[in-house]
Amino acid sequence: MKELIEILKGLHPDVDFENTTTLIDDQILDSFDIITLITEIDSVFDVQIPAEEIVPERFNSAKALYELIEELLEDN
Amino acid sequence: MLFTSYGFIGFLAVLFVLYYLIPKRFQWILLLLGSYVFYTLASPKYMLYILATTVTTFYAAKYIGRLTVEQKKYIKINKETLTSEEKKTYKAKIKTVQKKWLIGTMLLNFGILAVAKYTNFAIANLNYMFEATGQSFQLSFWNIALPMGISFYTFQSMGYLIDVYRGKYEAQNHLPKFALFVSFFPQLIQGPISRYDDMSKTLYQEHSYDQNTVKRGFQRILWGYFKKVVIADRLLVAVTTIVQAPEVYDGVFVFIGMLLYAYQLYADFTGGIDITIGIAQVFGVQLKENFQQPYFSKNIAEYWRRWHITMGTWFKDYLFYPISVSKPMLKLSKFSRQKFGDAIGKRIPVYLATLIVWFTTGLWHGSSWNFIVWGLMNGIVIILSLEMKPFYEWFHGKFNVQHLWYFKLFQIIRTILLMSSIRMFDTYRNVPLTFKMFGTMFTRFDISDLWNRDLMGFGLSLGDYVILFVCLIVLVLVSTIQTRGSVRDWLSQKSPVFQYAVHYALILALLVFGAYGINYDSSQFIYNQF
Amino acid sequence: MRRKYIWNSLGIIFLLVSLVFLQNLFMPKYASGIVEGGMIETYYDEPKNHDVIFIGDCEVYGNFSPVTLWKEYGIKSFIRGSAQQLIWHSYYLMEETLKYEKPDVIVFNVLSLKYNEPQREAYNRMTLDGMKLSMTKIRAIQASMLEEESLVEYIFPFLRYHTRWNELTQDDFNYLIDKPDLFHNGYYMRVDVNPVTSIPRKRPLPDYSFGENAMSYLDGMVALAKENDVELVLIKAPTIYPVWYDEWDDFITEYADKQGLMYVNLLERADEIGIDFQTDTYDGGLHMNLAGAEKLSRYFGNILVEAFELEDHRNNLEVKGVWSEKVAFYQEMIDSQVAEIERYGHLVSWGNPREEDEEE
Repeated sequence: MKELIEILKGLHPDVDFENTTTLIDDQILDSFDIITLITEIDSVFDVQIPAEEIVPERFNSAKALYELIEELLEDN
Repeated sequence: MLFTSYGFIGFLAVLFVLYYLIPKRFQWILLLLGSYVFYTLASPKYMLYILATTVTTFYAAKYIGRLTVEQKKYIKINKETLTSEEKKTYKAKIKTVQKKWLIGTMLLNFGILAVAKYTNFAIANLNYMFEATGQSFQLSFWNIALPMGISFYTFQSMGYLIDVYRGKYEAQNHLPKFALFVSFFPQLIQGPISRYDDMSKTLYQEHSYDQNTVKRGFQRILWGYFKKVVIADRLLVAVTTIVQAPEVYDGVFVFIGMLLYAYQLYADFTGGIDITIGIAQVFGVQLKENFQQPYFSKNIAEYWRRWHITMGTWFKDYLFYPISVSKPMLKLSKFSRQKFGDAIGKRIPVYLATLIVWFTTGLWHGSSWNFIVWGLMNGIVIILSLEMKPFYEWFHGKFNVQHLWYFKLFQIIRTILLMSSIRMFDTYRNVPLTFKMFGTMFTRFDISDLWNRDLMGFGLSLGDYVILFVCLIVLVLVSTIQTRGSVRDWLSQKSPVFQYAVHYALILALLVFGAYGINYDSSQFIYNQF
Repeated sequence: MRRKYIWNSLGIIFLLVSLVFLQNLFMPKYASGIVEGGMIETYYDEPKNHDVIFIGDCEVYGNFSPVTLWKEYGIKSFIRGSAQQLIWHSYYLMEETLKYEKPDVIVFNVLSLKYNEPQREAYNRMTLDGMKLSMTKIRAIQASMLEEESLVEYIFPFLRYHTRWNELTQDDFNYLIDKPDLFHNGYYMRVDVNPVTSIPRKRPLPDYSFGENAMSYLDGMVALAKENDVELVLIKAPTIYPVWYDEWDDFITEYADKQGLMYVNLLERADEIGIDFQTDTYDGGLHMNLAGAEKLSRYFGNILVEAFELEDHRNNLEVKGVWSEKVAFYQEMIDSQVAEIERYGHLVSWGNPREEDEEE
C-alpha cells in the first residue's frame, strides 16, 4: 500500500491519496495518469492491470486500486 | 430522410401517437419496426449491412457470454476438487476460445466498415503511389455509397461485444431486442454511441405516457431544431461560400470563416444530438449526453472530454487503454526507461497510444488525409500541452491568475481558437490548402477587407447577422445556465406565463427565422424570378 | 387541473392565431409590381353563373375583356388566367371551376401545350397559391411540383414564404386582410402602347409534336367538357411572341376536328379582327393593350354568340346591376391609367420594371 501511495504521490504530490475516494469522479486522475500509473504498478509489483479493469470503481481510491493489485497478485 | 425534412417530422408524429396507443409490451417492437422503416427509406440497398452486423455481433456475443456463464458454473461446481492450477488452465482455455470469437467478429465487422468506407481512399493512395513511381497503371474507384450510420452502429455493436467478452454484463439473448439496440433510429445518423448496459435500462421497458417526460423530450427537440435550422443551416451558406473560394476569401476572411464554422458545427452537432436525445426521451428512452458545454473548456484535453463525449470515451475504453496497457506496450515502457531514463521512458507508451488513438479518430471521421492530419494535430496539441504542464504550474504559482474571470475567459478563447484552427483541415478538406490558408491569416490579414470588400457577399444579409448575433447571446446564456444544472429544470420553476413566452418565442423564431424550405440558399425570391 | 387545461388550450390557440397572422403577412400580396399572382383568387367572390370561362396563360388574361363581351353581347364571362399557366394548371382550374358552375363555353388557349414539364416554382405559386384548398388543388399541386418542392409548403404556404421576414414592404401590411381590386373578371388592363418592332424568327424545331404529358391533360380537358356537357373551344391568341409554329397549328386543327371541337387561330385572323400591332400592344407584341383586347373581344364574342347561341343578359335587371358596377370600375381604371400616361408619359402604378420575358 505504501508503495502504491508513493507512485500516486509521484503523479500528484498535492493530493491526499490515503483518504480521497473520488479520484476518477472528480477528474483528479486523467487517462494519462492512469496509463502512467499502470506502467509504474507493472514495474513495482510486476502486475499487469488489464484494460477491462480500468473502470471508475477500481481507480476511485488508492484502497480500491490496492485491492485490485492484490487480486491480480493472487491470480498469478 | 433527414431530421429536418417534413417527412421525418410526419414519421415521428405517427410513431409517437402509435407508441402510446398500442399495448406497452409491443412498444419496443414498434421502435424496431420504426427504425427499420427509417433505415429502409434512407438507404434500402444497405439494409444488408446493418443486418449483417446485428446478426454476427448478436450470436458471437451470445456464445461468448454463454462460455463465461458455463465457466463460472463449472468452477463453482468443482470448487472442491479443482486445484488452483487446474482452475487457471481451464479459465485460460475458455478465454482463448472467447478471444477467437471476439477477434473474428471484430475483424468481420470492422472489415465491413473498412471496405465500405475506406476502399476508395486506399485506391486513391495506391494510384498516387503508382503515379509517383512512374507506372501508368491506375485502379478505378469503387462505386459505393456509404451505408447510413455505419460508423456509429459498428462502434456501438463492437463496444457491446467487447463488454460481453470482458464480462462487464451478460449478453442479450433476444435477437430482435438486440437489433433495436443497434438500429435505434434517432441515433443512427450521428450518434451518440450508446453503451448497452446504459441504454438497455430504458430501451426495452414498458413506458406509460408521462406528460412531464414527453414534454421535456419535445422541449429538447424544439431546442435542437432551433440550433440546427435557425443557426447552423443559416451559417452553412456563408461557410461554404468562403471555403469554396479560397482564392477570393483569404486573410481576414479565413479567420471569419473559421469562427463561423466553429459556430455552425457547434449548432449543427449539438442541435442534432439534442433532437436525438429529445426523441429518445419522448419514447421514454434515456441516452447518454454527448456534450457538456464544450466551448467553455479551458484546454484541449478538457475540450475532448466535453465534446462528442460518447465517441471520446469509446476510443478511450476500447482503444486507448487496451493499447496502452497491452503487454508489448508495457515491455516497450520498461525497455525505454532503461534505455532513455525515467523521464522519457514514461512518456513513450502514453504518447504512442495517444497518437494511435488520434490517428484512428481522424480516420473514423472521414476517409481522407485531411481527417487523419486533423486527428494527429489534435494528438500533437494534447501531447504538447502535457509537456507544457510544468510551465503552466510554474506560471500559475508565480502569477495567481487562475481564479480571475478574465484569465478563465482568455483560456476559453484560446481553446476555441486552437480547436477552430485545427478544424480548418475539416473545412478545406485538403491538407496543403489548409496550411496555405492558415498562412494567409497572418500574411494577408487586412482588417479593412471587412468593409472594403463585401461582407454581405457570402450569402448573409444584415438581418442574418443580427439573428446570428442574438442567437449567440442566447446560446451563451443557455450554456451558462447548463453549467449549473438543467435548463429545463430552471424553466419549470418559472411562472407559467414566462414558460409559455419562452416556448412561444422559440417556436415562432424557429418557424420564421429557420433556414428551411425550398431555395432557401438562393436569396432569389419569387418576385425576382418572375 | 381543469384550469390548466383551459390555459394550455388558450396558449395553443394564441400560437395558431399568430401563425395564421404571420402566414397572411408573409404571403406575397401581388398588389403592385407583379400583380399577376393575385388573379386566381379573385374568382371565388364572383357570382358563379358565367356563360363563358376563359382558361389559360397571359394570352387570355391580357387579351380578352369580359366587360367588352358584356357591353357588346350581354355575355357574363370570367377569365381564370395566370402567368405562365401550364396545361395541368389549366386542367385543374377547369375541374375546380366545373365544381362551382357549368358555363356554356370554356375557352382554352393552346400555347401552353408546348410545355411538357413543370418549369418554375414561381409560376406554380402564382397559379396554385390563389386556389382554395380542395382535393382538386392538392392534385394540381402534385401535378405541378418541381422535384425540390413539397406539398406541405403549398398547404401551409407559411413554410414557403417565412423567408420574407427580411423583405416585407408596406404592401404586406396594407393588404394584410383585403387586397385591392386590380382585375376585371380576370382581365389585366393596360392602356399604354409599345409597338411591335420586330417579328420573331421561326427557328426550326427538331420535333414539332407536343409532349405526351401535356397532351394527356388536353385529352383530360376534352373529357371533362364532355362529362359536364360544356363546349370546349380551343384558341390561339393573336400575339406575335412567342412563336406559334404552323406545324403546331396543323396538329391542333386536326385534333380539334377529330374531337369535334371548335378551334380558332386568332393570330391568323389578326388583320380581319383589325389588330394593328403598332397601336394595339403594350409590350411589343407579347400582349394586347386595352384597344387590342377590346377589338379582339368584340370579334371573338361574335363568334361565340353565333356558334353557341349565347343568351344576351343585358335586359336582366339583376345581372345588369352587378355588371354596371363592373363597367364603372372598368371605366375608372381606364381613366386613371390614361391620366397617369398624360402626367408621366408612361404608366407608373402598373407594369413592372422587369426585363420582358420571351416566354410570357
